[in-house]
Amino acid sequence: MATITETRPVEPGAPPPVEPETRGVPRWAWGLVVVAGWIGVWTFTKGTDTLVLGGLDQTGLHDRLSEFGASLGDSPLTNGVGDTLEAFVDFFRRLIAVPTPPRPAAEIGWLGVVAIATWIGYAVANWRIALLVGLSFVSFGAFGYWEDSMDLLVVTLVSVLLTVLIGFPLAVWMGLSRRAARYITLLIDLLQTMPTFVYLVFVVILFGIGVPTAIICTLAYALPPIVRIAGFGIRDVSPTTIEATDSLGQTTWQRLVKVQIPMARSTIILGLNQTILAALSMAIIASYVAGPGLGRPVLSALTRNNFGDSLVPGLLIVLMGIMLDRTTTAASQRSEVVARGGGEDPRRRRLLLAGGLVPVAFAVWYSRFELDAAVFPELGWGDAIADVSNRLMESAVDILEPLTSAFRDAVSYGMLNPMQELLADSPWWLSFTGILLLSLVIGGAKALLPTLICLSGIRFLDLWHDSMIVLNMTIVATVLVMIIAVVFGVWMARDSRVDLALRPLLDAGQTIPAFVYLIPALALFGSSRFTAIVAGLIYAAPAAVKLVADGVGQVSAGAVEAGRSVGSTKWQEIIKVQLPMAKGSLVLATNQGLLYVLAMVVIGGLVGAQALGYDVILGLSSSEKWGKGLAAGLSIVLLGIMIDRIARAAAERAGAGHQARERAFRLGGWRPAIFTGGVR
Amino acid sequence: MRQVKKKGVRIGALAAAALFALSACGGGSVEDATETNEEQAEAAGGDCGEFNILVHPWVGYTADAYVVGEVAEEQGCTVNYVELKEGGPSYEALASGDGDVILEEWSHAEELAAGIAAGEVVDVGSPGNVGIIGWYVPGWLAEEHPDILDYKNLNNYAAEFKTSESGDLGQFLGSDPTYTQYDEAIVKNLGLDFKVVFSGGETATVEAFKKAQENKEWLIGYFWEPQYVHAEVPMKRVALPPYEEGCDADKAEVACDYAETQLKKVARTAFIESGTPAATLVQNFSWTNEDQNLVAKYITSDGMSPEDAAAQWIADNPDKVEAWLG
Repeated sequence: MATITETRPVEPGAPPPVEPETRGVPRWAWGLVVVAGWIGVWTFTKGTDTLVLGGLDQTGLHDRLSEFGASLGDSPLTNGVGDTLEAFVDFFRRLIAVPTPPRPAAEIGWLGVVAIATWIGYAVANWRIALLVGLSFVSFGAFGYWEDSMDLLVVTLVSVLLTVLIGFPLAVWMGLSRRAARYITLLIDLLQTMPTFVYLVFVVILFGIGVPTAIICTLAYALPPIVRIAGFGIRDVSPTTIEATDSLGQTTWQRLVKVQIPMARSTIILGLNQTILAALSMAIIASYVAGPGLGRPVLSALTRNNFGDSLVPGLLIVLMGIMLDRTTTAASQRSEVVARGGGEDPRRRRLLLAGGLVPVAFAVWYSRFELDAAVFPELGWGDAIADVSNRLMESAVDILEPLTSAFRDAVSYGMLNPMQELLADSPWWLSFTGILLLSLVIGGAKALLPTLICLSGIRFLDLWHDSMIVLNMTIVATVLVMIIAVVFGVWMARDSRVDLALRPLLDAGQTIPAFVYLIPALALFGSSRFTAIVAGLIYAAPAAVKLVADGVGQVSAGAVEAGRSVGSTKWQEIIKVQLPMAKGSLVLATNQGLLYVLAMVVIGGLVGAQALGYDVILGLSSSEKWGKGLAAGLSIVLLGIMIDRIARAAAERAGAGHQARERAFRLGGWRPAIFTGGVR
Repeated sequence: MRQVKKKGVRIGALAAAALFALSACGGGSVEDATETNEEQAEAAGGDCGEFNILVHPWVGYTADAYVVGEVAEEQGCTVNYVELKEGGPSYEALASGDGDVILEEWSHAEELAAGIAAGEVVDVGSPGNVGIIGWYVPGWLAEEHPDILDYKNLNNYAAEFKTSESGDLGQFLGSDPTYTQYDEAIVKNLGLDFKVVFSGGETATVEAFKKAQENKEWLIGYFWEPQYVHAEVPMKRVALPPYEEGCDADKAEVACDYAETQLKKVARTAFIESGTPAATLVQNFSWTNEDQNLVAKYITSDGMSPEDAAAQWIADNPDKVEAWLG
């Protein structure tokens, strides 16, 4: 759910890339030396000490973790919390979503809900948003998913409300104290990289199934964006402003309430916006534990291998995302305008709003007794679209299948397998040393310690072989992502029509739940590691393409002009001027690509990628296996942190420093995967 | 600016008019519908209350659940379908009262035993279905190489089963991690030149068998009955050393075929003791693999909704349904 918001320039004021100092032997040569040494030792030792663990086997450590999980029963406290949440959500569901038998419809029928939502759209933003909201709500019903859509809306909004109640104080604390910021960052990093499937069972044990678990999981996943972004906004208020107001002798509290929070308002709303999208991206996972919402029909269509039936509710989730995103964005813009005393005549607006209440009240009243205004009439649009999509998919698969199989085999035999032999079939101590040395070469001394810690952790968790397979897949997928990103990114930057045509596709790739395209991916590529890579590509490539496009687009016209004046061809212009000058963006795009791909590991387990993703799903199956699932989840987290730290160190070396990174996400065009609402 | 606003107002008015038109095609009043529902509930014998059926994610189970659910609704129960993964989460749901019954339990002996020991759940016998798990090949392969149906000949063909995922060995397609399976042990203990590659889920396994039959690809894997795809894709079972009592006791030493499983119904103790029409129905519910496959076929191949598919079967089988009502 990364970027429904339009993407803005990544690093407008970033310093031009600095060429790394080239003293003595260049870095890539050192890299080659390490790899050559690795291969040398591998020839004599391959296949020994690889720590392979069978699909269903587990070690003593995993058993102990399972026992730990089983020892956590439910308690009166969690039961109380669960029941309260359930009752709270139930009230709203019966109000707008589900019927209370024997009454055949919810308390407020669809017509009333549409009217209220449209009115809210106008109240918080403008009539365009009101129209968008109204049309979206009607679509939910017209395509046949009114109840599930309203359920999802209720669960999402309640989760967001709780997230704000918990997250905002944390954000303020983080904004005020650097030390708190360090600890909180650590916690939210963990919350965001840990695959939700890992703690799903654990939350079920504590809170039971259904609404409470759905909300707690959504909460855990939606909390980080608001804490991180709002905290950053509060901390980032310009020091001169603070000094100026401090000189008037204000207290810390006054400074916070009167200066820091108001000045960070737009950043805080951005955090809220990202929190809403992250919450929405949990729709499908929540359905794994019987949470209500649009994830339900997606999952049940998946068990029937019915692509069309999963596509329609999947697209409605995207529509809800667009609606909520545009509405919060417009609301924040309006609040800025109003705060500066602009905007339309307030008296006129108040009149319009009050006048609007009359038809709203009428619609609510009408929808309480007229059956067709209460229960959405069946129009059959959703079924029609599902049928067409199924037929389209079948014919597309028939045509493409020979090609895609050949491509899968080429990548698998050409890249995946040889690299996997080196990474995973080496003795563990050899891969360990090799990766450590490579991190030193790529990221310098700064990357060495985090890599050492993460690798030791992975070794300790007893899933070394599976982790190496995942690392290998992640690297191959990232290479493919970067090829796509450079080709399309440069093309988009050089031709605005291409940019215009591709952006909506990129947005769709990032927002559509992965579960929806699993069926066509399986039909095209079979169950294999490559299918998992394809799922990763669909999710990761859009972000990388956008980053490269923005980076290349930022290269100053002057530099390009200078190149042209000395007569360079279009090709030379790209290779010699645009790409080198956008080096910072390229490094960032690689980092993001790696982490996005890693976020899809668990999904990969569902389509035959084996390894850690499989282990995580296995952990869901029984209390005995939970420990192995937990270990796999933690291994994924460690891999993510390791990759991120190496890439960050490399980025700093390449001149795309911390500043550019923070700036990029402050502008909100995209978020690092570690902050994203990937549908994992 | 004013012009734009007028346009907005006009669009808004138009949209509102269209909505009212849509909602006023004369579908009757909410009150009438409420009364009809009430009368139905009374006619069926009154108080059944809420009935929460746990639904596991495979089509055969969906067939069980909706047939039982539709009958229960006729009895005046308010049926909720609680969709959940089998195993741990389901037993948590039974313990907490969020779910009332598992209609098709294949394994999870540990969870079941623990639940019974704690007095939370009871085993209410079989839904009549027999679960068959085994090694299957697509029909075309069994036709062209009939000797493949004996495990002793599998090694002759191992090279044909090689894929990008299986290295130098033949690929054996394992299934959803949450299913009962010990193929890795069987392969090892029978000395077969195969590597177990887990498809990851039912969706992936079904796609693989469909594709293999269509394109005449070599495939061998874990599959089971009752499963709706048998109606679409012919499959043959490969004979392993026959199952004998206890040959699967040590999961690491298994070298025999899977046992035929009498599937179980597992219910919440308090639910059964309540004696409601739903509890009686659950205790009496029993049908055959053919019945289940038929309803599953309605849902998948014929594209019917689970409710319609169940209603169709109920209408066609009044005697069987009558016997469940006790």
